[in-house]
Amino acid sequence: MAKFFPLGQVMGFIFSLVLTGIAMLVYFTDMSFTTGMIVLLVTAFIQAGLQFIVFMHAGETEDKWSIYSNIFYGLGLVIMTVLGTLLILLWDM
Amino acid sequence: MKEFFAQFAIPHPSLLIYIAMASMIIGGIALVAIVTYFKLWGYLWREWITTVDHKKIGIMYLLTALLMLFRGGVDAMMLRMQLAVPDNSFLDAQHYNEVFTTHGVVMILFMAMPFITFFFNYLVPLQIGARDVAFPRLNAISFWLFFMGMGLFNLSFVIGGSPDAGWTSYFPLASNEFSTSVGTNYYMISLQIAGLGTLITGINFITTIMKMRAPGMTLFKMPMFTWSALIANLIIVFAFPVLTVALAMGTLDRLFGTQFFTMDNGGMDMLWANLFWVWGHPEVYILILPAFGLFSEIITTFARRNLYGYNSMVWSMLMISVFSFAVWTHHFFTMGQGALTNSIFSITTMAIAIPTGVKIFNWILTLYKGKIVITTPMLYALHFLPLFTLGGVTGVMLAMSAADYQYHNTMFLVAHFHNVIIPGVVYAMLGGLTFYWPKMFGFMLNEKIGKATVWVMSTGFLLAFMPMYITGLDGQARRMYTYSESTGFSLLNMVSFIGAGLMTVSFLMLVWNIWYSFKNSSRDISSDPWDARGLEWATHTPVPVYNFAIVPNLEKGSPEAFWDAKKNGVELFKGKIEDIHMPNNSGQPFIMSIFFFIAGFAMVFSMWPMAIFGLIGVLATMAVRSLEDDHGYHIHAHEVEETEKSYDKGGAK
Repeated sequence: MAKFFPLGQVMGFIFSLVLTGIAMLVYFTDMSFTTGMIVLLVTAFIQAGLQFIVFMHAGETEDKWSIYSNIFYGLGLVIMTVLGTLLILLWDM
Repeated sequence: MKEFFAQFAIPHPSLLIYIAMASMIIGGIALVAIVTYFKLWGYLWREWITTVDHKKIGIMYLLTALLMLFRGGVDAMMLRMQLAVPDNSFLDAQHYNEVFTTHGVVMILFMAMPFITFFFNYLVPLQIGARDVAFPRLNAISFWLFFMGMGLFNLSFVIGGSPDAGWTSYFPLASNEFSTSVGTNYYMISLQIAGLGTLITGINFITTIMKMRAPGMTLFKMPMFTWSALIANLIIVFAFPVLTVALAMGTLDRLFGTQFFTMDNGGMDMLWANLFWVWGHPEVYILILPAFGLFSEIITTFARRNLYGYNSMVWSMLMISVFSFAVWTHHFFTMGQGALTNSIFSITTMAIAIPTGVKIFNWILTLYKGKIVITTPMLYALHFLPLFTLGGVTGVMLAMSAADYQYHNTMFLVAHFHNVIIPGVVYAMLGGLTFYWPKMFGFMLNEKIGKATVWVMSTGFLLAFMPMYITGLDGQARRMYTYSESTGFSLLNMVSFIGAGLMTVSFLMLVWNIWYSFKNSSRDISSDPWDARGLEWATHTPVPVYNFAIVPNLEKGSPEAFWDAKKNGVELFKGKIEDIHMPNNSGQPFIMSIFFFIAGFAMVFSMWPMAIFGLIGVLATMAVRSLEDDHGYHIHAHEVEETEKSYDKGGAK
C-alpha cells in the first residue's frame, strides 16, 4: 500500500503551504522592511527548490546530473550578475 | 497621405544612399525576374523555404552570412576611405555615424552569428551521429526569425534612416531626444527578432547535444567542435535573455515614453550600458568558442595528430564560459564607478587570459612533432595562432583599469577587438568553410588561390590594424568622422586604408576561388578528401538527407571516431539498414516570421493597427501549430539501400 501513496508529494504540498503561510506573515504582521525582505527571499528560494524537486521531478531521471548542474550554473551567473550590477551602479558609485 | 509617406523618407539623404537604394531595387527586381524566368519558385518553396533539414538550414545561414560579410565589408571600406586623408568630406558626420553603427551590428549579429550558427547546424548533428537536431521545425523558426531580423535591419538605410548611436546604442544618446530618426527603433526591434531566433537555436542545440548523441558517445568522446558548440549554446541561453530584456526596455522607452534609461524621473541611463555588456561580453565568447572548436578540428587534421590536452581544452572552455559572465564592466571602466569595482573586474578580465592561454599552448603542442601538412584551412590556423595571441595580449593591456583611462575610446581599442575578431573568428569561419566545403558541395576549393587569399588577407589585416594601435596611443579617438592635418595621423590612416583595400582584395579572391573551383574542380573526390578524423567525414559526400544509413556506434570510439575506423579498424556501423524516421517540411516557420516582420516594421514607425495585426498573426500561427498533428514520415529500408548503392556507383561519392 505504501508505494501507492504519494507520501513525498503530500509532504511537499503541506510544506509548500507552510512556506506560503510564513511568507504571508510579512503582510499581516508588523515587521521591518529588511526582516520582511529576508523572510520573503528565503521562503521564495526554498519554495522554488521544493517545487522543482518534488513537483517537477528534477532528480528522478538519469539526466539529473545535467539538470542540477544547469541550475547551479544559472544560479551562480545570476548571483554574479546581480551583485556585480549593484556594486557598479549603487554600492561603489 | 503625404505625411504618411514622409515618415519613410531618409532624414539625411546623400548620393551614396540613393545609389544603394537604386541598386537594392534593381537587384531585387533582377532576382525575382531570374527566379521567375527559370521557374524556380516551386523549387525554392519546396526545397529551401519550407525545409527543416539541418544541412539546408545551415547553408541558408551561410549564404546570409556571406551576403552580410559583403555588406559589412562595404561599410568598413567607406569608414576607412573617409579617414584615409585628413579633413575628408566623403561622408558627413551623420552618415559616418550611421555607417559605423551598421558596420558593427551587421558584422557581429548578422555576419559572425549566422556564420557560427551555420557551423552548428551543419556539423553538430553529423559529429554526434544524429539524423537532425532535436527540434527540426524550431530550427527553421530560428533561421527565419534571424533572417527577418536581418532583413528589417537592412531595410533601415533605405526606409526611415539607419541607426546612428553606435552598435552599443548607449542611452541617453539612443533616446528619442538625441536620436530623432526611427533608426534606433530599427535597432531595438530587429535585434529583438533576430535575438529570439538565436535563443531558440541555443535551446535546440543544447537539447540535441545532450540527448541525441550516437550510442556509446559519452560527453568526453565528443569532437572538440561539438564541445565548443555545447558551451557556446549554454552561454547563448544564459546571455541572450538579458539582451531581450534590455531591448524591450529600450523599445518601451522610445515608443511608449517609459523612463528606464532616462536621466531624470528615476531612470538610470547607465543601466543600459550595464545590461548591454552583461549580454555583450558573453556574446564575444559565443563567437570565439566555436571558432576555437573549428581550429581544433583543422589543426588535428593537418598536424596528423590527435588533439593535445583534450580534457584541458574542455575544462578551459567551461572556465571561459563562467568567466565570460564576470568581466563585463571592463567595457566601461571610465563610467565613474569606484576603484574597488574596477580592480575586481580588472582581475577577472586578466584571469580569463589563463584558460585562453591553455588552449593556445595545447594547439602549439598538437603541432609539436606533428606531420604538418600546409593546406588552406591549416594556413588560416597557423596565421591565427600568432595574430590572435597579439590581440589577446593587447586585451590584457586594456584589462588594467588604470591604464584603460588612456586607451578607452581610442583607435587602440578598435585595433584590439579587430585583432581578436578577425584572426580569431573570421579566419576560423573562412578556414572552416574551406575545410568543410567538399563535404557540402562535392568539390574542393582551389588550394593555390586559397593560400594566396590567406597571405593577402593577413598582410591586409596587419597593414589595416597595426597603425591603429599607434594612432590610438597617440590619441586618435574612435567614431570621429574626421581629423585635422596637424594631428599627424594622416600617414598611418592612409596605411590603414591600403590594408583595408588589400583585405577587400582577399575577399574578392575568395569569391573568385569559389567561382573558379566551381568551374574547374574535379567532382571525383572521395568523401574524405583531407584524410580527416571526425565522425562527420564518415558519411557520404554530398551528405544524404538521413545523414547516416546506420546510426554509428561509438562504444569503442574516441573523439576521433573516423580516424579509429580508418587506421585501427574500429567498426562504426554495426547492424543492418532499417526504416528511418524523418521530420516533415513545413511552411509555418516562414509564415510566422513574415508576421514577425510585419509587426516589427509597423512598430518601428508606431503604426499600431498593423503591429497588432502582425502580432495576432504570430499568435495565430502558434495556435495552428499546437492544434496540428505531425508525425513525420519514414524513409523505408529499401529506399535507403538504393540511395546507398547510388553512392557506390560512381557519380557523387
